[in-house]
Amino acid sequence: MAEKMAMAKAINESLRRALDADPKVLIMGEDVGKLGGVFRVTDGLQKDFGEGRVIDTPLAESGIVGTAIGLALRGYRPVVEIQFDGFVFPAYDQIVTQLAKMHARSLGKVKLPVVVRIPYGGGIGAVEHHSESPEALFAHVAGLKVVSPSNASDAYWMMQQAIQSDDPVIYFEPKRRYWDKAEVDPEAIPAPLHKARVVREGTDLTLAAYGPMVKLCQEVAAAAADEGKHLEVLDLRSVSPLDFDAIQASVEKTRRLVVVHEAPVFFGSGAEIAARITERCFYHLEAPVLRVGGYHAPYPPARLEEEYLPDLDRVLDAVDRSLAY
Amino acid sequence: MTVESSAARKPRRTAAGKAGTTGGKTGTTGTKRTTRTTRSTAKKSTEPDLVQLLTPEGERVGNAEYDAYVAGITPEELRGLYRDMVLTRRFDAEATALQRQGELGLWASLLGQEAAQIGSGRATRPDDYVFPTYREHGVAWCRGVDPTNLLGMFRGVNNGGWDPNSNNFHLYTIVIGSQALHATGYAMGVAKDGADSAVIAYFGDGASSQGDVAESFTFSAVYNAPVVFFCQNNQWAISEPTEKQTRVPLYQRAQGYGFPGVRVDGNDVLACLAVTKWALERARNGEGPTLVEAYTYRMGAHTTSDDPTRYRGDEERLAWEAKDPILRLHRYLEASNHADEGFFAELEAESEALGKRVREAVRTMPDPDRFALFENVYADGHALVDEERAQFAAYQASFADEGGH
Repeated sequence: MAEKMAMAKAINESLRRALDADPKVLIMGEDVGKLGGVFRVTDGLQKDFGEGRVIDTPLAESGIVGTAIGLALRGYRPVVEIQFDGFVFPAYDQIVTQLAKMHARSLGKVKLPVVVRIPYGGGIGAVEHHSESPEALFAHVAGLKVVSPSNASDAYWMMQQAIQSDDPVIYFEPKRRYWDKAEVDPEAIPAPLHKARVVREGTDLTLAAYGPMVKLCQEVAAAAADEGKHLEVLDLRSVSPLDFDAIQASVEKTRRLVVVHEAPVFFGSGAEIAARITERCFYHLEAPVLRVGGYHAPYPPARLEEEYLPDLDRVLDAVDRSLAY
Repeated sequence: MTVESSAARKPRRTAAGKAGTTGGKTGTTGTKRTTRTTRSTAKKSTEPDLVQLLTPEGERVGNAEYDAYVAGITPEELRGLYRDMVLTRRFDAEATALQRQGELGLWASLLGQEAAQIGSGRATRPDDYVFPTYREHGVAWCRGVDPTNLLGMFRGVNNGGWDPNSNNFHLYTIVIGSQALHATGYAMGVAKDGADSAVIAYFGDGASSQGDVAESFTFSAVYNAPVVFFCQNNQWAISEPTEKQTRVPLYQRAQGYGFPGVRVDGNDVLACLAVTKWALERARNGEGPTLVEAYTYRMGAHTTSDDPTRYRGDEERLAWEAKDPILRLHRYLEASNHADEGFFAELEAESEALGKRVREAVRTMPDPDRFALFENVYADGHALVDEERAQFAAYQASFADEGGH
């Protein structure tokens, strides 16, 4: 029975379902128990599943991921929460040197079904280290899968799929979309975890985004429609692997591509998309692939983040530049 | 949290057991802590305060707390420990030689640490789980991992070389101290499962400076995880002496985390066996983690890339050679008539045979198939890996088209 719920609630319901279905699933992190997490994403789970399943951890990110690896080696399926994007770096060593590589090192004998949940991105007026988008740093590492839902329904289903995956999955939650509501149908047949989806059909240009920028791109497409431009919006959903086939199909139709993400443009996921799509669609493209994203600067203080983050006008400007070729 | 699951485990031992020794083990035995900030006192506090059952001269000495853990040991078992140490040293020497001959890219020798590894390794049960660093060739030997499997990563044909679950012996971990957290997490899982097995994590004195080791102490204490931290303090982290890692004896660190720490003579195989058995038993009984500091010495280089003559003198090594772990058990076996010349001669022959087997195994070790590059990157597959594998295959095939290789 479909129900309208906020993304945070959808993730909560998804975790609840996973805890219920498999006694090996564990939730771990700072403040995930009694408090229910700083965003209340794990609200009520410890009360219902106990301290042995929903584990409040010491304040130590490397410890959280490192012990989750050990628990996974023992047959558990830990879902760990990193409280905010910028705090994942103390755990980055464990994620990159251990979590990502152990399956390959063991020639496939060891599986590490660990999900690392990271609330990420800006737009909520937070202090430093609370608004970053480090997804490219993880996508660059072989052995990790990186996904980011843009809406409550995807958040629900992608969490189910991430937990069921035998690979480590870095699950980026767009924190500024936590309170956006959408229909969630727990009986639905979900799309594959790493498949992109066309969320708006168009013929003039493709906007590709994931996570928090999908909603913005939908707004951009609506605004462009008023000017008689028909933009296609692609929700990539997964950053690694990336569904290049879906982008290629869209670009072969529209012949123009603008990639939008919050992370700095330099060496970001947009660069990878631009390079590969240029290679795949060189003779289809009417304009170079353009990117809209953050600057090569530390994430700014809250009163400047409006300048830093892609907004309607900046994306529309890129659309105009592409169409001008 | 492990509180509920540990209740389902074996009943705790009575208070008369080892739990009562906690204070004594973590105490400041013989150290004036009030003045520990001065250089001279810090130096003094690092002097060994060792659990010892066999002196360097091979004399069996009594120890009220730990004798019980080796009380029933038979002459045959003693000969077994000796055999383990001799064969491990022989294997290690062979590997070092093979590196010099260009057969291995690198080797991390355990020379001098045989007693710490064999004593602790033989204290484990098959259902225990071991998380080594990259020098635990002796522990691997005790766990039944074929020594030739240890050479794959050093020869460069793989990054592991054995199935960790076959012998409950995890892959070597190169990033210093990472495995202490894996061991702790694994132990948390053991407790959750209500199993009475234990976990042991190996690391060195250098690793004690790493955050991951500190965090593993925190987590294991908080969750009362059944894990033993076995620190082989071999005095040197490449060129840095222990004094560059710590200003208090390492075993005393445990006190700050709320579990016992004990320093054992790492060149005394009997003491290492006894102390590790005690610590593993604590873990099995739901009494939580223990830090064992095996005070020993790396007689060789850190790895074959290292040059210890740049940072330490011969005098130090000579002093430690006098405490050689194999020599002291040899003396004890002879003095107690637990082994005769026939045994030593047979062992020498076995040693030769092992060396030959290792040489042959390395030299005939096949290179991996080139497509192994793309294998097991992911358990569930990944579109990019598939794409790049296909590109690689096409590139390789292009040579065949030209009639090349």
